[in-house]
Amino acid sequence: MNADGELEKLVEWVEGVRKRVHEIAGEWEDEEGSLIMILHAIQDEIGYIPRGVANELAKATGISLARIYEVITFYTYFRLTPPGNHEIHVCMGTACYLRGAESIQARLLQQIDLMKAAGGPKDDFQVDCVRCIGCCGLSPAVVMDGKTYGRLNPEDSPEILKQKPGV
Amino acid sequence: MLETATTVKAKINGTAVEVPAGTSILDAARMAGVRIPTLCSDPDLLPTAACGLCIVKIAGSNKQPRACATALADGMDVITHDGDLTRVRRTVLELILSTHPNSCLTCGRNGSCELQTLLGEFGVPEDRLEKRICDVPSDRSNGSITIDFSKCINCGRCVQVCQQVQNVWALSSLNRGIHTRVAPAGDILLAQSPCIKCGQCAAHCPTGAIVEHDETSAVWDALRDPDLFVSAQIAPAVRVALGEEFGYPPGTNLTGQIHAALRRVGFDAVFETPVTADLTIMEEATEFMKRFTEGSGPLPIITSCCPAWTDYMEKNHQDFIENFSTAKSPQQMLGVLAKTYYSEKKGIDPAKHFQVSIMPCTAKKYELERTDEMFASGYQDVDITLTTREVARLIKQSGLVFQDMPDEDADSLLGHYSGAGTIFGTTGGVMEAALRTAHFMVTGENLAKDALEILPVRGMKGVKEAEIDIAGTKVRVAIAHGMGNVDALLEKVRDARARGESLYDMIEVMACPGGCLGGGGQPYNISENIRVKRMEGLYQDDRDRELRFAHENPAIKELYRDFLGEPMGPKAHELLHTTYTARKKYKR
Amino acid sequence: MDKQPLTTRELDSYTQEGSVSTRWIRVGMDTGGIAAGAQEVYDTLIEARDASGLDIDIQQTGSVGLSYADPVVLVGGDDVPTLVLGDMDAESARELFAGYFRDGRLLDDRVIATKNRGTGFDDTHQAVILVKDTGDGDSHHRTTIFRNLILEELEARGLEQKVAVYRALDMGLYHRGVCVQMLPSRVTYASVTGTDVRRLVDESLRHGMVLEDLLVPGGDPQERISMRNCGTIDPSELESYLRAGGYQGLKRALVEMSPEQVIEELKTSGLRGRGGAGYPTWLKWKNTRGQESDRRIVICNADEGDPGAFMDRSILEGDPHSVLEGMLIAAYAIGADTGFFYIRVEYPLAVKRVQKAIRQCREAGLLGENILGTGFSFEAKVRFGAGAFVCGEETALIASIEGRRGSPEPRPPYPSIKGLWGKPTSINNVETLATVSAILEHDGSWYAGFGTEESRGTKVFAVTGKVRNPQLVEVPMGTPIRTIIEDICGGAGHGSPIKAVQTGGPSGGVIPVDKMDTPVTYEALLELGSIMGSGGMLVMDESDSMVDVAKFYLGFCVEESCGKCAPCRIGGFQMLSLLKKIHAGDGMVADLDTLRDICVCMQTASLCGLGQTAPNPVLSTLKYFEHEYLDLVTTPETVTPSGKGRKNA
Ligand SMILES: Cc1cc2nc3c(=O)[nH]c(=O)nc-3n(C[C@H](O)[C@H](O)[C@H](O)COP(=O)(O)O)c2cc1C
Ligand code: SF4
Ligand code: SF4
Ligand code: SF4
Ligand code: SF4
Ligand code: SF4
Ligand code: SF4
Ligand code: SF4
Ligand code: SF4
Ligand code: FES
Ligand code: FES
Ligand code: FES
Repeated sequence: MNADGELEKLVEWVEGVRKRVHEIAGEWEDEEGSLIMILHAIQDEIGYIPRGVANELAKATGISLARIYEVITFYTYFRLTPPGNHEIHVCMGTACYLRGAESIQARLLQQIDLMKAAGGPKDDFQVDCVRCIGCCGLSPAVVMDGKTYGRLNPEDSPEILKQKPGV
Repeated sequence: MLETATTVKAKINGTAVEVPAGTSILDAARMAGVRIPTLCSDPDLLPTAACGLCIVKIAGSNKQPRACATALADGMDVITHDGDLTRVRRTVLELILSTHPNSCLTCGRNGSCELQTLLGEFGVPEDRLEKRICDVPSDRSNGSITIDFSKCINCGRCVQVCQQVQNVWALSSLNRGIHTRVAPAGDILLAQSPCIKCGQCAAHCPTGAIVEHDETSAVWDALRDPDLFVSAQIAPAVRVALGEEFGYPPGTNLTGQIHAALRRVGFDAVFETPVTADLTIMEEATEFMKRFTEGSGPLPIITSCCPAWTDYMEKNHQDFIENFSTAKSPQQMLGVLAKTYYSEKKGIDPAKHFQVSIMPCTAKKYELERTDEMFASGYQDVDITLTTREVARLIKQSGLVFQDMPDEDADSLLGHYSGAGTIFGTTGGVMEAALRTAHFMVTGENLAKDALEILPVRGMKGVKEAEIDIAGTKVRVAIAHGMGNVDALLEKVRDARARGESLYDMIEVMACPGGCLGGGGQPYNISENIRVKRMEGLYQDDRDRELRFAHENPAIKELYRDFLGEPMGPKAHELLHTTYTARKKYKR
Repeated sequence: MDKQPLTTRELDSYTQEGSVSTRWIRVGMDTGGIAAGAQEVYDTLIEARDASGLDIDIQQTGSVGLSYADPVVLVGGDDVPTLVLGDMDAESARELFAGYFRDGRLLDDRVIATKNRGTGFDDTHQAVILVKDTGDGDSHHRTTIFRNLILEELEARGLEQKVAVYRALDMGLYHRGVCVQMLPSRVTYASVTGTDVRRLVDESLRHGMVLEDLLVPGGDPQERISMRNCGTIDPSELESYLRAGGYQGLKRALVEMSPEQVIEELKTSGLRGRGGAGYPTWLKWKNTRGQESDRRIVICNADEGDPGAFMDRSILEGDPHSVLEGMLIAAYAIGADTGFFYIRVEYPLAVKRVQKAIRQCREAGLLGENILGTGFSFEAKVRFGAGAFVCGEETALIASIEGRRGSPEPRPPYPSIKGLWGKPTSINNVETLATVSAILEHDGSWYAGFGTEESRGTKVFAVTGKVRNPQLVEVPMGTPIRTIIEDICGGAGHGSPIKAVQTGGPSGGVIPVDKMDTPVTYEALLELGSIMGSGGMLVMDESDSMVDVAKFYLGFCVEESCGKCAPCRIGGFQMLSLLKKIHAGDGMVADLDTLRDICVCMQTASLCGLGQTAPNPVLSTLKYFEHEYLDLVTTPETVTPSGKGRKNA
């Protein structure tokens, strides 16, 4: 249950998002080939594309909700649910895979579990596999919150979790 | 590319063929007597090229194009069947089967399923593959159609029909790869989606993944109940299509046999929906005349007897609510009369009168409870709608040999209909019937025998326009069928309205391509060809009738005299009219 | 900004100007470089320069391709030799500053010797000697010992003040014992032993004699055309590109040639699309141009999704204008008014650089109305991908720009007939367009002079995996795979011998080590059951399981399948589960037949290239390494009631 203040804040947030969705749609109104660009712009701002936003976008653009969902669920980059606080992308491209990306991922997950079990920080780490992040020369590589860590080995991969302030 | 040649000459399995340029290899082969297996191809739709079954070989090329999506080219030497192709096709089927439940015996498509047929033909090997069946629960939320996602083979036909043909966008393909699945818009329940229940998805699905919401057993329950008086009504479009389920060619008019069969199945009375189609015309034509001559309401008046269309309008074109005819559809008029007029006359307790409508249509199931006005008799006016396909099943379950049924008449009170009533089942039919009566109402004279068939409103063109002269006044009409053709038409009307002009006096809209004869509850394997044959069947029924005008139907006259009073009078208004409200397109 | 549009005369003036500064440093700041710490190196260098008061031009640049040595820095100037330094960090950046530009002092373990080796001496008393033991084992230690040997010898001759000796990071020579390169002459010796040190100093250094028995002759097998400016110009400055001859090709096309002549020039060059299929570029343009339409469109396919390929990224990040220029030339040739860059959103730096390049061109009048005063008008726009490999396929890419699911559609009609919004569209790969601008700058026959009869020109390969020095390589077509893997990239690098090379990514196949002398051409690779693809080359050694590799690639295709057609959607999934089963040791011999059935089915009945080629890694590993599969499944068999051969539990 929301205290009144929180509810107000939520309403305000929703209203703000609604406004932005229409603004973004407006910016792209006269551009050809805009749906995916609009979705990018929205996700850049909100972090994901909630159902309500998709609904609003349908209204703002006249593109049907069916189409919008078809697109969101087709492209792995778009998310229907909020991301974790820290996003870890383990590269599973060819080069990284051959050089042990799977065990790095396993170690990371293990470490995150250990940290959780030890009552560690509440920060939730979201570990996703991605395909070739484009620095195969640095394989195996991991990206955490936009920063790339290359030439990792399973032993030192948990170190990158500590790179986060407050961890 | 300039198309110089209008035909192409090629070879199919060594046999020379000559077909119109642009003909697909698939169709060309069919013309040459060769059937190439398909699952995703549909004569009504653009090729989705999804299933991969129809691949063929072209001599001198190492590519194996899809016959459904490739035009036959001059000089092509096509091989449609050989050991390699059979091996590949069998593997495709094996793969599809690995994601499909083995539940034919309890499936709505058992015996009429395109997948089942092919699996039977190809002798797919025993399970070498892991089964992976979609576990999204079936969607039974909307009462008209049911989607069983586990049986979906992702051919894409339903999505294309719903999006491109019907322009409803209630269905979509979500996710990708092995996780690809069909789902209602926005991954919500069908009932919360923009679905208008037209059933075109079911009519085009090759499998049992989308079927009508089957209510045959509920009808059996009613028939078994000794306390109930169970009556049936048969819609116009059913009579020229039901035969397809029993081996008759499309368009065969089996009205009399259907009456006989239904009586033997156990119905206590058999009514004809075209009777109330005549009544609808009386009400609608009166309403039109009032608006046209007295300005009692806005023009164009728009027909409303298709519930899928009214649903669409209430969700997408709310600014046209005022334009709608308030006359109920024939189904609902018959229902209310069965439980009032008929029950009164026959001394039946309306509470014990169970009314079953037999319709070409899945949306009619939705119409039963559409608004409070559907309970005008004090009870639910029509209790259950069965589609043509369901009634065929009902007849088969009864053990009747349909071919042996004699011709019988319908019930005398609500069974005599005019030709005007029967053509309701085709696109342009409501318009034609209404114009015949409107002409009489204005001029006091019937159209001459050679003029009563109003040809400009006939045919399969998506949008038809015509100007009909009634005693020197031009009545401008437009007809659209196939939901996807409506938006542009209404946009035109809107534009004109914004300029202060009016384009039409009357518009007829039917959600299904071809009108009800192409309804979502009609027998499977629909195509333009079949629709045209059914249409011809209906026009023949019209020609075969002595009565060609709704206003001349003695049953209708009697009805007004004995029971309803005046068209659009107070009693008619109470029983025969309805209202419309704006609805949300997405309910979540 | 209200800059005046460029005129053709102004365009030429850039190529005539001298370099602004006599001494310069360039820092490779592509994604790979930045990930390895290039930003810090750059910042430190700027700081050090400002503190030193030296007039040195420090530039950001793209990647020279030496991924293994990231971050990479190039130094040079009128009075110092140009050097490539790798494995840089802040500390070595500071040292570099303090040493190199003051007294020519270098850093140990940083310099990468050039492969363009010298064959004689202009002057004696070489300033720098680079040395490295290129054998296996603790080569670092042995290099140090050897360096000390040389130093002793120099001291004995009183030359220690004149000649400095450094350990090199990489010699460009492998398994050749101790190697020595002298600068500035670039004379290089291999297999140098202790007893040669005296001759080295005495004869070579003091008297300028070449030790013929030790000499390694020059010649980098690489030829940089598509990557001509990568790592040498500042990709964020239009002027930098103009000085390197940029937009001269466009000028030539617009001013001197008709569109038909441009297409003819491409035909002469023999350029085939570098995106994978290898379709002749001129023909694609001709088809598009030949299509009657009110509007035509050109698309640059920058969706590079093939795991293990990163040449397109490097070009976009290192030399975006070369691609934009190629697009303008394509547009002129086909008569397009709009161009789209469809870029993977996972390449933010490439996106930034392309967007900047477009802005710069707009300001300079190289985009927009009446370009270079020739009456040609064109607009370029950027559209993002959103994480779908299949959107590299042409019809899927079009669907994606149109705002739909990236599901391929049957072809014909080809995009050149019916493309974006139904308009004739030419879709060209990044590398293709970067090459187009080079071809127009020179001419078609110049380009055709590289490569083989059927496969002309050069091709960039991204060599990764179990290789010593993973990197981007650009070689003339027809270069043997062995040259690429061993001579350029140093061969096996992880302790066990090379077993196979996989080319063409998920659509390609493996090439066993005994076929490594095959030249890279479209035809030769196809014959081996692999493909050129976009140019990924994954090196595998004896420790890698071929079943695992097949499983990996298939897993990729399964995840990336658009799901539209049954053979690919289900076939891929079923093959993957069979491979998983086999890999886990639970397979049966009969499973191999099932695998083959599905392979044939997918190849034949899949709608697009993804599904059609997805079985290739499986088929080619089955072809060359079937024993690895059989080893996993051929434990004694029994017959089960169902009649299947079954592995004994
Ligand atoms: C599944 C699939 C993925 C592809 N991915 C790419 C890609 O990432 N980049 C690319 O340039 N071409 C890709 N292609 C090839 C393109 O469809 C197309 O042939 C190419 O962009 C044409 O340009 P080119 O003629 O310059 O090579 C892909 C093809 C397929 C079937
Ligand atoms: S959809 Fe067809 S194959 Fe599937 S269970 Fe039903 S009848 Fe059988
Ligand atoms: S077809 Fe086979 S499975 Fe189906 S009912 Fe007959 S015997 Fe049973
Ligand atoms: S019933 Fe009609 S509107 Fe509803 S999903 Fe099916 S095709 Fe679409
Ligand atoms: S529901 Fe039916 S029509 Fe729709 S995709 Fe599935 S199998 Fe095809
Ligand atoms: S409109 Fe269609 S469904 Fe309604 S009664 Fe007429 S034929 Fe039947
Ligand atoms: S056109 Fe007829 S069959 Fe189709 S939805 Fe409307 S009433 Fe039903
Ligand atoms: S390609 Fe590699 S070597 Fe070159 S700068 Fe980029 S990451 Fe560094
Ligand atoms: S082959 Fe695969 S990726 Fe291509 S259309 Fe078919 S399912 Fe989609
Ligand atoms: S494979 Fe990991 S960065 Fe390319
Ligand atoms: S029928 Fe042609 S691909 Fe399905
Ligand atoms: S796979 Fe789930 S709907 Fe078909």
